[in-house]
Amino acid sequence: MTALLEVDRLSKAFGGVRAVQDVSFAVNPGELLALIGPNGAGKTTCFNMLMGQIRPDHGAILLKGRDIAGLPPHRIWRLGVGRTFQITATFSSMTVRENVQMALISHRNAGRRLWRPAAGTETAQADALLDRVGMAEQGDRACSVLAYGDLKRVELAIALANDPDLLLMDEPTAGMAPRERIELMRLADEIVAERKIGVLFTEHDMDVVFAHAHRIMVLNRGELIAEGTPEAVRANEQVREIYLGSSVEAGQA
Amino acid sequence: MGEFIVTLLTGLSSAAALFLVASGLSIIFGVTRIVNFAHGSFYMLGAYIGVTAVTAVGGGAVGFWVAILLAAVAVGLIGVAMEILLLRRIYRAPELFQLIATFGVILVIQDVTLWIWGSEDLVGPRAPGFTGAVTILGQRLPEYDLVLIAVSPLVLAGLWLLFNRTRWGTLVRAATLDRQMVSALGVNQRWLFTGVLFLGSALAGLGGAIQLPKGGADLLMDFNIIAAAFVVVVVGGMGSIGGAFLAAILIGLLQTFGIQIFPNSTLILMFLVMAVVLIFRPWGLLGKPEIPGHGVVEAPEAPLRPAGRGLRLAGALVLAVLLLLPVAHLAVPAAVDDFLLVLVIDIMIFVLFAAALHFIMGPGGMVSFGHAAFFGGGAYAAALLVKFAEAPMEIAFWAAPAGAALLAILFGWFCVRLTGVYFAMLTLAFAQIAWSIVFQWGEVTGGDDGILGTWPSDWASSRIAYYYMTVGFVVAGLLALRRMLFAPFGYTLRAGRDSPLRAAAIGIDIKRHQWIAFTISGAFAGLAGALFVYSKGSVFPTEMEIARSFDALLMVLLGGVHSLTGPIVGATALTWLNDLFSELSYWRFLLGATIIALVLLLPDGLAGLGDTWLARRLGLAAPASGSGANGQETPA
Repeated sequence: MTALLEVDRLSKAFGGVRAVQDVSFAVNPGELLALIGPNGAGKTTCFNMLMGQIRPDHGAILLKGRDIAGLPPHRIWRLGVGRTFQITATFSSMTVRENVQMALISHRNAGRRLWRPAAGTETAQADALLDRVGMAEQGDRACSVLAYGDLKRVELAIALANDPDLLLMDEPTAGMAPRERIELMRLADEIVAERKIGVLFTEHDMDVVFAHAHRIMVLNRGELIAEGTPEAVRANEQVREIYLGSSVEAGQA
Repeated sequence: MGEFIVTLLTGLSSAAALFLVASGLSIIFGVTRIVNFAHGSFYMLGAYIGVTAVTAVGGGAVGFWVAILLAAVAVGLIGVAMEILLLRRIYRAPELFQLIATFGVILVIQDVTLWIWGSEDLVGPRAPGFTGAVTILGQRLPEYDLVLIAVSPLVLAGLWLLFNRTRWGTLVRAATLDRQMVSALGVNQRWLFTGVLFLGSALAGLGGAIQLPKGGADLLMDFNIIAAAFVVVVVGGMGSIGGAFLAAILIGLLQTFGIQIFPNSTLILMFLVMAVVLIFRPWGLLGKPEIPGHGVVEAPEAPLRPAGRGLRLAGALVLAVLLLLPVAHLAVPAAVDDFLLVLVIDIMIFVLFAAALHFIMGPGGMVSFGHAAFFGGGAYAAALLVKFAEAPMEIAFWAAPAGAALLAILFGWFCVRLTGVYFAMLTLAFAQIAWSIVFQWGEVTGGDDGILGTWPSDWASSRIAYYYMTVGFVVAGLLALRRMLFAPFGYTLRAGRDSPLRAAAIGIDIKRHQWIAFTISGAFAGLAGALFVYSKGSVFPTEMEIARSFDALLMVLLGGVHSLTGPIVGATALTWLNDLFSELSYWRFLLGATIIALVLLLPDGLAGLGDTWLARRLGLAAPASGSGANGQETPA
């Protein structure tokens, strides 16, 4: 089986600092792959290269066999990659529904239509997506007034609008209350199972990582130091030493 | 060789005033993020106060320099007064709203200066001890030029010491990098801002006073220096003093050598350099990219809603009045005279122009300082077709929006790569390049004499016929712009403004979209230009001037940038006020004072008033913003 995403020796340096060095991995359809590591390990740099915000120095990023390294973000999205951000990014002057409509309109390549009002387009699909993430009742509210946990759900709905094969989630539960975290990750689990999406996510909360990830990669100082099932990573001596420490116990709890 | 050296030295000496003004501008922008358009006025005040101070103190060997310093301090205090009385009250207003306030200050200072010192140019006092000239390789150079050459490095060194060796200077540098962080550390921003305004204004005043022996004082100094000062700040890098120093020398030399090499294109050179620098180094020679997300946090705009009943009613009422006005004119010519019809035509034309600018400025978040390029560009496209091809109105009229759109495609391709103030400055640069071409290419454009004889065809030649034609085009134009904003195009445009990160992550090519929006906006500005050129029968370079661009900017900001009714209300109010005051002496003072009063009373713009106070009062329950243009139509 060919992997959905294959990353081969991806590298990026800022000045003399090697932020990401020769990182290689693969994501399969229907798989939740966690990328963890201490602050400054290169997780966000890695993510930004995958999504086109940063151009890699070298290395290949193969999406369904096609090299997407160096493409701009909007092109990468069109190839079937959805994204949620560590700090939510939504359109504050639009309602919840309009935010999702906007993504759907873009998906249909209709963003340059000048005449027919946007209000009536893609409403049914937008509502269906909002319903899927449990935000159906709040469709008419302005995005700027939502609770943070709800914003994260809206982001998820937006990210699903182009029916992605791959979903990149940068700290999906950052800034959320414990209860919201559990609910959001359960939602992610369900969606992955339903749609056979491959998900790559970073996360600081080890409970979330060990409870939900199918596989875990550990990044330290720009290099991959371990990769495997949660059990294998938990047992890895190097990981314990460098990074996890007492969190492993928390993860087992 | 001697000639070359003397030209070089002259260039360096002319860089002195430029550096002083630009460094002040740069310091103020760096800390407060205010683009102080009144900075040229401070420079002018420095010159006038300098003349008075030299007379009062006596122009002796010490007196002259004391007087110059007194002038600088006085101007610094005027800057402080502006900060405390005006700017401090509107720091929380939407970005660039402070611009309008500083516009108002320019107008007020112009008339106050005229009132105190009169309209005649003042000859500057000579600097004691530096009245002669030196001879370099057979070429003569005024001794005072050497003084001026020495001033810039001295001031630069002084500023360096201030910013690197004092606590206050360190705070200023920190605030330039990250204002939020400085305020989070418990620094009282108010006094930091006041201090910065003093320093920046005093530098401008010093610049004005110190150039007195060379240039004297006149009432055009403010506008003459402000454009060049902006170029210097942008080329050097916003907030970078060293950059301002380098750029001032570059521009100073460019101007003196430019006159010798290209006597007919001096005006274009400076802006050409700025355009090139911005294209290759978007943050200027020594500037740094801004840390995103650490500016002023604005309240989010409310979602767009179709026009409510009240607004539609109001719009229908306005349209009815517009349509019936000529009837009233025929019935009671004494009450509704010809001048009123002309005024209403003017108002409508500027409403369309302002709405075109608002299209990119509000929903697009792209602030253009050079939209007159498209208004005037459109007007010239039509006029040139009349002049050289004797095209009838039916054909030439359409050349205006088409020509303006082509110009916008060209300029926009470069401009949309930048954002914020840098975008604004690049649009200004291109507009000035376009203006210089029109102004200096006399054989084709008629230069200062303009192009005459652009009259409407017979069927539209009567005042009333042209009036109705204008109503038709303006209403259709406004509805079309509004329609586009409610369509996916407008939503996508707003998406790019709200969150560039998210927009890119849902497949939107923001730059391309902005480029298209810029072109559409240019085309509609050109249409307004066409209506203008046929209503006046002529066109002059003034239609492409900075002042014309600022008019449009003022209309949009004054009306309220977050409301679709904003540009309509703003253009109407400003055109009407201009007309009302234009017959009076000291009309600038009145207009400026009115603008300042409006800014203080209505920080959300005039339409903010309509949307909240009036709406609540009348129970129309109109949403807070984004409601209704002239509202006859709800896209559904």
